Amino acid sequence: MNMNTIDLDRLKTGEVNLGTSIMAVQFEGGVVVGADSRTTTGSYIANRVTDKLTYIHDRIYCCRSGSAADTQAIADVVHMALQQFTQANGGPPSVHIAATLFESICYANKDALSAGIIIGGWDKEVGPSVYNIPLGGGLFRQPWAIGGSGSTYVYGYCDATYKEGWGRDETIQFVKNTLSLAMSRDGSSGGVIRVAVITEDGVERLFVPGNELPTFWEGLEVLGKPAKPLGVVPMAIEPL
Amino acid sequence: MTSIGTGYDLSASTYSPDGRIFQVEYANKAVDNSGTAIGLRVKDGVVLAVEKLVHSKLLVPGANRRIQTVDRHIGLASSGLLADGRHLANRARDEAANFRDNYREPAPLKALADRLGLYVQAYTLYSSVRPFGCSAILGSIDKDGPSIYVIEPSGVFYGYHGAAVGKGRQLAKTELEKLKLSELTTREAVFEAARIIHLVHDDAKEKEFELEMSWIGDETNGRHVPVPQDLFEEADRKAKEALENFE
Amino acid sequence: MDHFPTNWGRPKYDGFDTNATYPFHDHGHNQSAAFAGATQHTQQPIVTGTSVLAIKYKDGIMMAADNLASYGSLARFKGVQRLHPIGDYTVVGASGDMSDFQYLQHVLDGLVISEEINAQDGHTLGPAEIHEYLSQVMYSRRSKMNPLWNSLLVGGVKDGQRFLAYVDLLGVTYFASTLATGYGAYIAQPLLRKAVEGRENTLTEPEARGILEEALRVLFYRDARSINQYQIATITANGVDISGSLKLETAWGFAEGIRGYGSQTQ
Repeated sequence: MNMNTIDLDRLKTGEVNLGTSIMAVQFEGGVVVGADSRTTTGSYIANRVTDKLTYIHDRIYCCRSGSAADTQAIADVVHMALQQFTQANGGPPSVHIAATLFESICYANKDALSAGIIIGGWDKEVGPSVYNIPLGGGLFRQPWAIGGSGSTYVYGYCDATYKEGWGRDETIQFVKNTLSLAMSRDGSSGGVIRVAVITEDGVERLFVPGNELPTFWEGLEVLGKPAKPLGVVPMAIEPL
Repeated sequence: MTSIGTGYDLSASTYSPDGRIFQVEYANKAVDNSGTAIGLRVKDGVVLAVEKLVHSKLLVPGANRRIQTVDRHIGLASSGLLADGRHLANRARDEAANFRDNYREPAPLKALADRLGLYVQAYTLYSSVRPFGCSAILGSIDKDGPSIYVIEPSGVFYGYHGAAVGKGRQLAKTELEKLKLSELTTREAVFEAARIIHLVHDDAKEKEFELEMSWIGDETNGRHVPVPQDLFEEADRKAKEALENFE
Repeated sequence: MDHFPTNWGRPKYDGFDTNATYPFHDHGHNQSAAFAGATQHTQQPIVTGTSVLAIKYKDGIMMAADNLASYGSLARFKGVQRLHPIGDYTVVGASGDMSDFQYLQHVLDGLVISEEINAQDGHTLGPAEIHEYLSQVMYSRRSKMNPLWNSLLVGGVKDGQRFLAYVDLLGVTYFASTLATGYGAYIAQPLLRKAVEGRENTLTEPEARGILEEALRVLFYRDARSINQYQIATITANGVDISGSLKLETAWGFAEGIRGYGSQTQ
C-alpha cells in the first residue's frame, strides 16, 4: 500500500496479461487505433496473434491493456450498455459517452481491476476523439494516447514526432512506427501490429506481419563484426 | 358527458367499450381548465411563459411558480394541477441527474421527455392511481440545439416549434402560428410570449393573473433562468399596450 | 515483468511520500493474511497532481496549480486543469489522485444543480458551504477506510467575505491567509507567509500574482513532479476567473560556469 514496496496482487499469479503496446491518434477525418498482439502469462507468450482492438460500437473501438480477463469483461459490459443506449436514444452514442461508461467501471472497481484502456472513435457531435483511462480510473482526452508497458519506451519518440494537422496516411505510419519501436524494446509486447482506421464512413482494418515491421537503428552493423580486421589468419588445421 | 353513469370512468385501468380511458380524458379536463402555458422554440433559444391565475389577493406575489428548472439547461412549464406539475418536475430532476451520473454530460431533452413520458404513462395503467392532471412543456438547448416537448396526461409527448396548453390554448396556437418562429431571436420571442399570454387571458372570467416567463438562449449562456426583471417589465408593458390597440 | 505500471520507467523507488499522507501511505506492511480475501480499500494514488497554492489579497483569493498529472515519475498528462470552479463564488484546487478529483468535481457539480439551480430559493452555495460539504465527504470516506486521495484548497468570495481553507483525505481542515498542499506545504508555504501575512488587505492583484508565480517557480526548481505550465484562478466580488495555461519563466544561466563538484576548475 505504498509507493515504495508495491506488492499489489492486482494480477493474480498465472493470470493472462496484456503486457502490451497500444495507441490511438486522432486526425482530421477520424482516429487511428493500433496495438501489438502479444499476450503473456509470466514470460510465456500465451497468444502471439491477439487482437487487442475491440469493437465497442460502429464507430468506437477500444485498445485494451492490463488483465485480459478484466478488460474483456469491461468491454463486454460497455458494449452491452451501448447497444441498450442506441435503442433507447434512437441513435449511436458519442465517443465521450462510451469513454464515460468505461471510466465509471474502472473507477468504481479500482481495487479489483487492472485495466488501462484507450478509447478512440468518431461521432457526429465532435468528429474524431481519443480518450485515455489509466489504471484506477480518470478520464483524459488527448490528441494522441499511448498505453501499456511498451508505451513508456516511446513517449519521447511520440513527443518529438507528433504534429497536428496530419492526414490519414501520415497518422497510420506514425502509429506503426511507434508500436514497432515499443515492441522492439518491451519484452511484454511483440508479434504483429493491428491497426484500425475509424472515420465517418466506416472502420478499415490494417495489418503488419511480425516479419515486416518498420525497423529503425538496431545496432547490428556495429556489433556484428569487429571494428577492424584482426590481420591474423585462423590457425590451419593440420591434416592427420 | 356520455361517460357519466356508465361505470367505465371510475378507474384508469378500465376501458370503455369503445376503447377509451375516461380517467385520462378527465385528467385532460383538469389541464384545459387551468391557466395557459406556452412555449416558443426560436432560432437561437427557447421561451416559456405562463398565465398564472391568482385566486386570492392574499397570496404573496411570485409564489407557487409554475415554471421550474429541471437541470441547468432545462425548464418545465406546467398547466393543470400545480401539485402534479411539481411532482413531475421533481421526477424530471431525478431523471436529469441520473443521466448526468451515468454519462457525465447534460441530458438531451429528447431522452428526458422519453423517460418522463414512460413515467406519466405508467399512471394510466392501474386502478390504484390517478393519471397526472397536468401537461408539461419542456424546453431546452442541448447538443442538438433548442427544442420543446409537451407531455400530456396520457403519457404521449410531441416535439413542437410552438406549444400551448391550458385554457387559452386555441387562441394561443393561432397566434403562435402567425409567428415566423424559426426566424425570431430569443429576445424577440420574449415579447411575443408576453403578448400572447396577455391576449389569451380572459378578463371577463378571471380577475387576476401573474405573467411568468423564463428563457434559454445565448444571452443566458445556455441556462434556463427567469427573464431578467428589466426585460420582463418592458415585455409586460408592451404586451399591455398591444392589447389596448388590439381591442 | 513488473506488472505495476507506476513502476515502469522508474529506475528506483521514490523514497518519499508524494502527497504528504503519512501515516496512511505506509499501512500495507502489517496487513495480515486473514484479510486477504476481504475488500481491499485505502488504495494508493495512481495519476497524481502536485502542489496547489493559494493566498488572500486585497480583492479576494488567488489560487494556482500546474497542469501536470503524473503517473509515478512519468509526466503523463501535461494539459490537466486542477482548479475547478463551483457555483459563482468558489474555486476548488486539487492535489493527489486525479480520478478522485474528477469524481469530486462531478459530486460538487451535482450539488450545485440540486441546491442552486433546481431549488431556486434564493440561497446559493458559497466557499464556506462548499468547504464544509467537502470536509464531510472526505471524513466519511476516510472513516469507511476508502479515502478520496486528495489535498484540496477551497477559496472564494461571497457577500464581501474572503474565504480560504484546506481539507485533505483524512477530513482534516484548517484556515489561513496562505495555504499550500503537497510539496508546496514545505517549500512554498514559508515564502507565501513571508510575502503575504499582514499584507492581506493591501496586496494588489499584480503583487499577488507575482508572489504565486515566484512560489511556483521555486517549486518547479525543486519538485520533481511539477512542470512549468500552470493556471491562476482569481476569485473576487466580480466572480471567478481562471486563466489559460501560462508558462513559467525560469533562470539557468548561472549554471554555465559551474565545473565539477569540488576542486575541479575546468
